[in-house]
Amino acid sequence: MTAKRKIYIAAMRALMYLSAALTAGLVLFMIIYVMAKGIPNITWELLSSEPSYLTEKIGILPDILNTVYIVIATLIIVIPLGVGAAIYLTEYARNKKIVAAIEYASETLSGIPSVIYGLVGLLFFCQFMSFGRSLIAGALTLVIMNLPTVMRTTQESLKTVPQSYREGAFGLGAGKWRVILTVVLPGCVDGVITGCILSIGRILGESAALLFTAGFAHSLNGFFEGLTSSGSTLTVALYFYAKEQGEFEVAFAIAAILMVLTLIINFAAEAVSRYFEKRRAL
Amino acid sequence: MKKLKNPTEKIIEGIFLILGLITVGFVLLITVYLIISGIPAIREIGLFDFLFGKTWDYSKNLYGILPFILTSIYGTAGAIILGVPVGFLTAVYLAKIASPRVKFFMETAVSLLAGIPSVVYGLVGMIVLVPAIREVFDLPDGSSLFAAIIVLAVMILPSIIKVSMTALEAVPKEYEDASLALGATPIETYFKVSVPAAKSGIAAAVVLGVGRAIGEAMAIIMVSGNAPNMPELFGSVRFLTTAVASEMNYATDGSLHQQALFSVALVLFLFIMLINAALNFFLKREKED
Repeated sequence: MTAKRKIYIAAMRALMYLSAALTAGLVLFMIIYVMAKGIPNITWELLSSEPSYLTEKIGILPDILNTVYIVIATLIIVIPLGVGAAIYLTEYARNKKIVAAIEYASETLSGIPSVIYGLVGLLFFCQFMSFGRSLIAGALTLVIMNLPTVMRTTQESLKTVPQSYREGAFGLGAGKWRVILTVVLPGCVDGVITGCILSIGRILGESAALLFTAGFAHSLNGFFEGLTSSGSTLTVALYFYAKEQGEFEVAFAIAAILMVLTLIINFAAEAVSRYFEKRRAL
Repeated sequence: MKKLKNPTEKIIEGIFLILGLITVGFVLLITVYLIISGIPAIREIGLFDFLFGKTWDYSKNLYGILPFILTSIYGTAGAIILGVPVGFLTAVYLAKIASPRVKFFMETAVSLLAGIPSVVYGLVGMIVLVPAIREVFDLPDGSSLFAAIIVLAVMILPSIIKVSMTALEAVPKEYEDASLALGATPIETYFKVSVPAAKSGIAAAVVLGVGRAIGEAMAIIMVSGNAPNMPELFGSVRFLTTAVASEMNYATDGSLHQQALFSVALVLFLFIMLINAALNFFLKREKED
């Protein structure tokens, strides 16, 4: 072997290990640094109160509740839409042009940056539909963002429903709708659960789209009252405390909470996909 | 014998068709809204002055977005230059060399990196990276294009690693076996046989990274200083995305200022559509290979 070849091999090997180590190091650094800076600042008071100008104390309970409300509202709307669209594509669609248009549209939606969603959400939901800056306007914007995800995961789970089940049901005289209700819909469950987990992750991390549509108030509201009023989610609150107010302790506390939630969601997605794979193999 | 459809079935099919077409409706809604709201300001300012004007100052009614366009291009290019080699080499390692255990851990780590909210990257960038840049390069302020490039490079890593890995894993084993049998070492085989065979997929990974980088707003708004200057590596800069994000909440409804921000978004949207078209091209070619 020539010296040149040996050097090439050694250099490539070294670069590869270096890159992999750098990637792993970055992940470890992000987790450890955020946790170390954030966890000491998480106090019961922070989690259980609302911010007050009088006492100059910061509490993130309203932001936690707003996050929960927006997740619930988004999922309630996006799941029927996504499942319906997936059922249309796998069970009904015969026209190839319509299928291609729908698939192209869903790919386009997943490539659009969240600032643009925020802007269109502001124009359409807040101004045109006159919802104003409110959690519901934010949730509707997030519905558009998450629709491709729910559609794709549902479609994937529908592909695993054996054709023979459908034929069996048709053979017993069931109509199309009956077949969908009894055979196809139960097959969606895997996809819907995976879609929910992925959407929750995306909603938790979203900030730009919500900044223009849901606003950034920190008042404590019930669910329905909350939906119609402006409110910030945890990520938006993090941005404001860090960028506009210089409250880095609070920002890191929120960052640590978001990091833990991200970890949970990742493992949940992993566990769910493995569980379904195992069940399918049976 | 053709089965007769009862009216209920027809109605239900219609409902599903509508649900299916909702995505198309959303894309049209976004496109139409952006065009309608983006055109008036461009008309008023003039296309040339808008795209190539070097000053953005709404108090003087000057709306030139060349600084934003160039910053977005430089920022994305910088992130690609830093992020792609690291991501690509990591992907080769994970797809070809790593033991199943290492691979499992790394894949989990990479998905985690993808799941971290962008504001968290922004926060860490603000507290760790910006002061570090100020110290190392002896600057009055570390918030700069350079800081944004590093944050973007980290943020595009997961997409690049995942898409390249999928492409590398799809390379037929026979290609590699043939190369090994001819006397090439494993490393030579990976880089001289597997990588060229997976080149469409790797190109798709790079294009996806470009899309992510050009669309990111919140992480870089926190580290880039946000002054509408012409881009300098160590200067405070503003991107297309951060221009929209930082002023949208302050612009008066219906003002030329607000309309100009819509036009900025329209320019950003056109960039994204171009990138999407490129991505589709490479993905299609990978499928054909």
